[in-house]
Formats: sequence, structure tokens, C-alpha cells
Amino acid sequence: MKSKISAGRILVYVLITLGGIFMLLPFLWMISTSFKTQPEAIRIPPTWIPLHPTLNAYIEVWQKVHFPRYIYVSIITTVFTLLGVLITSILAAYAFSWFEFKGRETLFVSILSLMMIPIPVYVVPLFILVQRLGWIDTFYALIVPWSVNIFSIFLLRQHFRSVPKDLYDAAVIDGCSRLRFLFTILMPLTKPAIVTISIFSIIGSWNAFMWPLMVTNADRMRPIQVGLAYFAQGETTNYPALMAASAIAILPLIILFFVAQRQIVESYARSGLKE
Amino acid sequence: MKRYIAPFLLLLPALTLLLVFKVLPIIYAFRLSFYDWGIAGEKGFLGLGNYISLFKDPFFWQALINTFYYAIFTVPLNLIFSLTIAILLNRGIKAIGLYRTIYFLPVVTSIVAVSVVWKWLYDPNRGLFNFFLTSLGFSPLKWLEEPKGIFEMITGLRLPYILKGPSLALFSISLMSVWKSLGYNIIIFLAGLKNIPQVYYEAAKIDGAGPFYSFRNVTLPLLSPTTFYVTIMTTIISFQVFAPIWTMTGPPPGGPLGTTSVIVYYLYQKGFEEYHVGYGSAIAFVFFLIILAITIFQKTYLEKKVYYEV
Repeated sequence: MKSKISAGRILVYVLITLGGIFMLLPFLWMISTSFKTQPEAIRIPPTWIPLHPTLNAYIEVWQKVHFPRYIYVSIITTVFTLLGVLITSILAAYAFSWFEFKGRETLFVSILSLMMIPIPVYVVPLFILVQRLGWIDTFYALIVPWSVNIFSIFLLRQHFRSVPKDLYDAAVIDGCSRLRFLFTILMPLTKPAIVTISIFSIIGSWNAFMWPLMVTNADRMRPIQVGLAYFAQGETTNYPALMAASAIAILPLIILFFVAQRQIVESYARSGLKE
Repeated sequence: MKRYIAPFLLLLPALTLLLVFKVLPIIYAFRLSFYDWGIAGEKGFLGLGNYISLFKDPFFWQALINTFYYAIFTVPLNLIFSLTIAILLNRGIKAIGLYRTIYFLPVVTSIVAVSVVWKWLYDPNRGLFNFFLTSLGFSPLKWLEEPKGIFEMITGLRLPYILKGPSLALFSISLMSVWKSLGYNIIIFLAGLKNIPQVYYEAAKIDGAGPFYSFRNVTLPLLSPTTFYVTIMTTIISFQVFAPIWTMTGPPPGGPLGTTSVIVYYLYQKGFEEYHVGYGSAIAFVFFLIILAITIFQKTYLEKKVYYEV
């Protein structure tokens, strides 16, 4: 069927395109400013495309500030938190879905109810605990407390449960152990859910702010978001450098987003479904 | 006994971490809120002392009012825009993938970077927003540096704090948050819209219903479970706003004149920066009770209006 071009249809396109331009505007302005010189950045009227594009702001941020170090801290934190979340959630979800034991449902519901308590409620005592452990300015503080995620356990359990029991019986007859069943059958079958929890973990760690702000005093232990926030506090008017720093902080996830766009959007859509 | 060993071992890593880094701190926070614990260490049991001081603390009340203002403006704006855009995107338009990507982009970008960029857009002297305003013949605004309430600015009256609305500074942060999290709600609404069976629209059309009528009587009721979920989630998230306050306002953060100090920022300031741990924990518990109350309120009153298909 050929779509009819009506006034209403054109209006729909105009509205969503205008909205889209507004959504992109901050990003475009960030990129434009980051390639400008300071005098051009503060010029009125502003130029949309830099007259004399320069990489100076990026070089400045890369060399004078510890951005390479911040990125390193963020990468290590993100990778190890992801590993932790995957290990704890896969094992726990397996226990909650494929093993029978007394009090299983009660335990599961109690864990789920913990999800209702937001981080700010217990962040100060958590800080004191981590301080007593001597973990301030270490990777332990950035990684260990967040290596477990209740939503991930919940999501995986739902998916593990949907796998038919017959598969397990057939596998056992073939001499498959319970652990091998998890790795060779259950996990490959629930790959979309595992991808989803990985995406949330990566985005969450990379963008985390309040906790790393609290547990890092040393500049060399700051992840990118904290480094950027302190940089922005110090350099309030060096706009090209501020925009270059922001662009660097955003870039890795933008790349991830364009590579795994479909999975990311579907993951977020799935997070809103009540099962 | 043997059959307990395997699940126990599987649950051990997750349960240990949850117990040590979540359950324990929560219990500890509750206990601490009854103690006088400051920089000098623990100084003894206070009973409800911290809660009583909190009740008399004008900065706490200011932070509380600011947080409610923030949520009251952020949540409806977010809902209206995301639902409108989702409905427009759902009308079988071409390149829906491209539009969805554009609207979703801010969701995956870091709140700190976004705050730094928007602070530049809001800059009173050189910012892009004021350039637009002046180009259109309006007078420039002070945006993040404006302590005046928005109702005060619109009406030109001098109003008491509770009536003057969020300061323009707080409202500016609210607008940025809507931009930042719009995409998530659009995705959820799109999924909800896809679940509405087409037959209802066809039936409505046969009965002679116009687009407004079918929106009012088909889309809205059938979408209500999604709207309900989105409302609760957006509310809970807006009560926890912190990073934009730290990054965009001040110095010191919470300014101008404390009009952007929200409850999680106040908690951070008291409990962590000033190290009044007992006092901070009392704030944390009041904060938790508020979130709990709002969730229960929304569940009892809003859920009545939710139409679940049987």
C-alpha cells in the first residue's frame, strides 16, 4: 500500500524532526566548540562550524590533565565490575531457577525487596565500611561493592526458568554435569538476557559518579566522570577544553551504542516489562 | 543435606556481597541515625535527637521543597513529551530507527558530561540559549545563576518560598533532565503502544471515532499499565538527582542561595562532606520514607485507574 502524503503526515515529520534537532543540538554544539580556539568559542554571534578548526583543546586535555589515567581507571573498573556482575548473577540465578531447596522463594523475594532501597539511603555507612577496610583510593572500592546486581539476578532467573526441563533430563542422560549444563546449554540459550545485563553493567560503571566521587581522593584513582567533574570545577571558562573533555568522556559509550544499538535499545525496552 | 550444598555454593558470592555491602550498611544507617556521630567519632545515643534537629533545620526543609519542585516539574514534562513523541513515532513513519536513535542518544551518555555541556549552553554571557533568546528579541536570562522562582518571574510578585516555584536555576536542571531521560520513556511507551491490538482502533473507526476520540478511549486506557510504570520510575529517579547539582551549580553546589540544594545533595553534604554521620543517616531515612510513601501512594491511587486487560 502506498502511503498517502497528507498535511497531517507532513506535520508529524516536521514535529519529530524539530524535536530531533533539539535532541542533537547539545552534542553538535559540544563538538563544534571543542574544535574552536578560545576567542572563537566566546564570539558573539557564534559560529556553527569552526572557522579555524584546531585540535588544541583535545591536546591540552590529553596532555595537561590526567585524562589518559582517568580513562584507564574507568576501563579497569568497568571490565572487572562486569566480570563480577556476570559471575554472581549467573550463579545465583542458576540456584534460584534450577535447584530446589527450602526457603528458596522467601530468600528470592527478600533479595528483590532490597532493590527498593535506593543507594543514597546507605551510601554514607557504606563509605565508612569501605574506609575501615582501607579501600579508599583503591580499585576494590570502585569494583567490589557493585559486583552484585539484584536486577541482573532477577532478569536472568526469569530467562533461566523459561528453558524447558526436558533439555536437562536429556543432558543428564548424556552424562552432562550440572555445571556443564549451565555453561553449554542454559547460557547460550539465554544470551540476549546476558547481553542485557552486560550492557547495563557497562553503562552503569562508566557513568557512575557519586560513589567514585566519595571513595577517590587521589587524582590518579579518579575515573573519567569524577576527573571530568573536577576539571569542570577548575576550568570554568576554558570552553573548548571543557567540551573536548566531555566529548572524550562520552565517546566510548557512543561507539558502543552505535555498534550494539539494537541490543541496547531492546535491553532498555525489556527492563520496563513486568514479567 | 547434600542437596543444599550446590545451591549454597552458587549463591555464596552474590549473597556475601549483598550482605556485606548492602544489608549491613542499611542496618548500620538505621542505627546511626539515633546516634550523635560526628568528626570526633561516636558520642552516644541520642534517641530521636537527630530527627528532631532535622525537623527544625531550615536547610533541610529547603532541600525537601526543592526536591518536590524538581520532581513536580520533571515528571509531568517528561511524560508529556515522551508520550507525544512515542505516539508520533508510532504512526508508521519512515526511518523510525534513525529517530529512535537520536532521541535515545542522551540516555547512554554520562550525566556529568551532559551537565558540563548544558552549563555551557546556559552560560549567561556567551551561551547558545541566551544567543537564541536575544536573536528572537527577548531579554537574556541568568539560567543557572537565577535564584528567583519561576512563578515569581512570571507574575512579578514577591512570593513566599513555598509558592514561588523552583528557582530558574533548578528549573533549568529539570529541563536538562527531561532532555536526558526522554529517550528511555519513549522506548517504553513505544513498546506499550505496540502491544495495543490494532482491532480496537479498527472497531473505534467503524463506530465513527476520530483520532482524538480513539486516543482518549483506546490508547490511554490500554496504555495505562505502561504510563503507571513510567510515572513511578521517573518519580523515584528524580528524587535521587545529584550529579547535575554537583556539576552545574555553585560554587558552592546547591546555589544560588540554596535554591538547587536537593535532598540527596544535602545528605551528601551533611553525612559525607561535613561528616555528621548520624545526622546524615537521619536524612537518609527520611528520604527513604518519602520514596516509600510516594510509591505506596502512587500504587494505591494511580493503580486504580490502570486498566489491565484480562
